[in-house]
Amino acid sequence: MDMKRDYYEDVQLVTSPVVFFWLAVLLVFLAVFPFLVGNYYVYVANYIAINIIVAAGLNLLVGYTGQISLGHAGFFAIGAYGTVILMAKAGFPFLLALPCSGLVAAGFGFLLGLPALRLEGPYLSIATLGFGLTITQIIGRIQLFGGREGLHAPDIVIGPWTVDTDRQFYFILIFITVLLLLGIRNLVRTRVGRAFIALRDADIAAQTMGVNLVFYKTLAFAVSAFYAGIGGGLYAFVLKFIDPEIFTLMMSIMFLAMVVVGGQGSLMGPVVGAGLLCWLDLKLRNILDIPFLGDWLETLSRSWFSITGVSNIQYIVFGSIMVAIMLFEPLGLYGVWLRTKRYWRTWPF
Amino acid sequence: MIDFLQMVVSGVAVGSSYALMGLAMVIIYKTSEVPNFAQGEMALVTSFFTMMLLTTFGYPVWLAFCLAFMFAAALGAFLEFAVLRRAKNPNILGTIVITIGLEMVMLGLVSWKFGAEQKTMPFPIGPYDSFIIGDIFIAKLEALTLVSALVLMSLLFFFFKYTRLGLAMKATQQNAVAAKIVGIRTNRIMMMTWAISSVVGATAGLLISPVIMHPFMMWDPMLKGFAAAVMGGMTSLPGAVAAAYMLGIIENLFGGYVSIEFKSVVAFAIIVLVLCVKPSGLFARHYVKKV
Repeated sequence: MDMKRDYYEDVQLVTSPVVFFWLAVLLVFLAVFPFLVGNYYVYVANYIAINIIVAAGLNLLVGYTGQISLGHAGFFAIGAYGTVILMAKAGFPFLLALPCSGLVAAGFGFLLGLPALRLEGPYLSIATLGFGLTITQIIGRIQLFGGREGLHAPDIVIGPWTVDTDRQFYFILIFITVLLLLGIRNLVRTRVGRAFIALRDADIAAQTMGVNLVFYKTLAFAVSAFYAGIGGGLYAFVLKFIDPEIFTLMMSIMFLAMVVVGGQGSLMGPVVGAGLLCWLDLKLRNILDIPFLGDWLETLSRSWFSITGVSNIQYIVFGSIMVAIMLFEPLGLYGVWLRTKRYWRTWPF
Repeated sequence: MIDFLQMVVSGVAVGSSYALMGLAMVIIYKTSEVPNFAQGEMALVTSFFTMMLLTTFGYPVWLAFCLAFMFAAALGAFLEFAVLRRAKNPNILGTIVITIGLEMVMLGLVSWKFGAEQKTMPFPIGPYDSFIIGDIFIAKLEALTLVSALVLMSLLFFFFKYTRLGLAMKATQQNAVAAKIVGIRTNRIMMMTWAISSVVGATAGLLISPVIMHPFMMWDPMLKGFAAAVMGGMTSLPGAVAAAYMLGIIENLFGGYVSIEFKSVVAFAIIVLVLCVKPSGLFARHYVKKV
């Protein structure tokens, strides 16, 4: 790392022409991506982008502020239902309904943040977990929310433009994702972000320095819930249909896994983690079609497990990844990247 | 009145299985500060192992159960030895992620091997055998759960109070470095803790399996047991048991009088409320961090 010599160097977004070049390449790639691939992959990209939003928001809470949440599926559900209800029942336009439901989720995040002020470790994890489970139960019982039958997402209309394909939705989604990631990147370098990091590293020392613990911890919950809410609101339009059964505990666990696998407390970590786990999730559903590996697994399954094929193998893979990451590289894939970079920078010494 | 008593009785029965799971988690948390999310799946693997012994290999029941408890102990010890010990000073998030990962692996293996549909456990007592005291129906299985919970609790109480091993475990929990200095092999103690806890959890699993037996059967008891353990203070064995019975009874009364639909989540609402008032649970002294 080069030494930073003035304040401007610390806050600037693009630090060198090389970074600028790759950033431009990435943006161009994101813009032309849907024209290069088929409909299915555009859907996959949408799915991944939504998970990136939620994982990045959760990372703000877990990675930067050092809190634990096993209830993000709850905020996700609030966002999804909020957006759909506001659009279908209250007639809000999409661009207004989405931030509104994000703010509703943020409100719930603030409320959950209040008891969380006094909790840590297993206490916090069971409280957030209980929140996630309770919210989906409550939503499933309210008739306005469609109960167990669920709700259909209405069409998105922005001005004269009606969004009716995944490809059109992709552009809205990518724009929002980039915007939100930029938001996080900027947030963690402001007073607020530094307060979060200070609270994570030593909360008592931070308080002594004048960091308002009550304010910043609840703020972290609220901002993180806002991101989950926005992600949920967008998810409703990817699925086109939502019901309470989607937002399970397993979903909360997967969000946490994305953050941890990618790397806590880094910007790109959750992005890579979400991308990897979502891609694996879709791939592993038909793992038997993969050449060699699929055949080998089928033989293994026949001789040791069951003859009906491989079911639920994604749990085994995800579980092993989570355990391996925590054992060998607690900083996640971001830590691997840092180590590789350092190794090659000093190579051959 | 009969209704009320009936609900309390079945609440006590449900509470017993929560209590067993809660006890198992407290034993591990006490010694190693690991909130063991894999507890339910350890019991799940043991239950399915027992079912395999009984149905596929046709072992007699007593032998199958002895083997099951040995298997449970070995499984717990193995997980501690192979995974938890290898983690380099994990923080609380790290241990949560590791145990959730283990849980998912075991869940995946069981549902791969045995399929996701409901199984029947050839248990000597069926789920519908019951006897009547006064006007109250008591299922024999529920009575057995209650009895085994009570027996295990008292055994654990005496174990931690009077045996050398139990005292060594307490010492390890209170101060691992000092325990090492006086000659306690803390690594081995951890392994035994996991073995004991796994056996306690497996008892719960075996008692639940005649009623429901599919790969997700332990999620609800595990989460409720964890909730009870947290409510009881996470380090106190009697606290976890008391909280588990409270949760079981409140849950059943709530289901009976207020709303059957919210029965399964009322426990978590109670947990959040209790934690708002007493952040370290009901029965633990509040721990204030020193700088």
